[in-house]
Amino acid sequence: VIETGAIAALLAMMCAVAVAIARSRNLFGVVVLSGAYSFLMATALAALDAADVAMTEAAVGAGISTVLLLGALHLAGSLEAKPARRPEGPLFVVIFTGLLVVYGTYGLPAFSDPQAPIHRHVAPRYLEEGPKETGVPNMVTAVLASYRGYDTLGETTVVFTAGIAVIALLRRRRRKEGEGRA
Amino acid sequence: MRSDIILRVVAKILIPFALMFALYVQFHGDFGPGGGFQAGVIVAAAVVFYGVIFGLAAARRAVPEPLVESMVAAGVLVYAGVGVAGLLLGGNFLDYFVLDHDPVHGQQRGIFWVEAGVAITVSGVMLKVFYLFAGRGRDFEEEP
Repeated sequence: VIETGAIAALLAMMCAVAVAIARSRNLFGVVVLSGAYSFLMATALAALDAADVAMTEAAVGAGISTVLLLGALHLAGSLEAKPARRPEGPLFVVIFTGLLVVYGTYGLPAFSDPQAPIHRHVAPRYLEEGPKETGVPNMVTAVLASYRGYDTLGETTVVFTAGIAVIALLRRRRRKEGEGRA
Repeated sequence: MRSDIILRVVAKILIPFALMFALYVQFHGDFGPGGGFQAGVIVAAAVVFYGVIFGLAAARRAVPEPLVESMVAAGVLVYAGVGVAGLLLGGNFLDYFVLDHDPVHGQQRGIFWVEAGVAITVSGVMLKVFYLFAGRGRDFEEEP
């Protein structure tokens, strides 16, 4: 019960932060608030016993991306421009899509329901055979690196490709400015 | 921020512990939470912290860009190399059972190298993106 209350409180705080982000015109404040949002998200994930994901969220969402956004602000200036159109149309689309997604969650099995299809397919085998077959007690690592090794290779390739794309986009400019090294 | 003594001292104290924690997350990921991705991000965050406090030029001296760029590709090569090693030893691609006489040891060895590959690529990409973003527009001020 305490856990449900804590998660509800965290989600409420995340909603408040999201509204503040949407209303604020000061982009520096927005960056700091999105860092706070990530920390709340990480805490909620930790409360849901997803320690690996919580760690990633805290390090990437609150740490690295805050620094990168601050770097972008340094280049772009920290005041948001006035919107060119009235926001009603996009707001309607967002609310409609959000309601559709909420409606969709009613089709999902209840949270941590042991009879849910996802827990009845390959998960029992991972849980029973995983420690014996891989000798790795952390189930997340065993599934990620061994059973789903192909997927993780794909993910690593995605990270690699994204990095190469950023290098390709941002480096050309510096060459043009006569910065040949680096 | 390079003139603020409190930030400099705190950074000097914290960064070794951050790197140590990254190693712990990397090598203890079999038992506790964590793994290659998290460790790679923590390593990158420690260097980014160093760069924010001591300046981009200092970070580039500590972790030079050619090293970062080769890390971006090296991690994927290590990961795929584990798969090819499995092929050469008579198994399937990314089959870890053949990496050692004892299948369980083979699994652990495969997972170790795969996680190492993930950590190398992730920290390389994160650092490279930070260098690129931070380097734009201020090369002339901070390059020595």
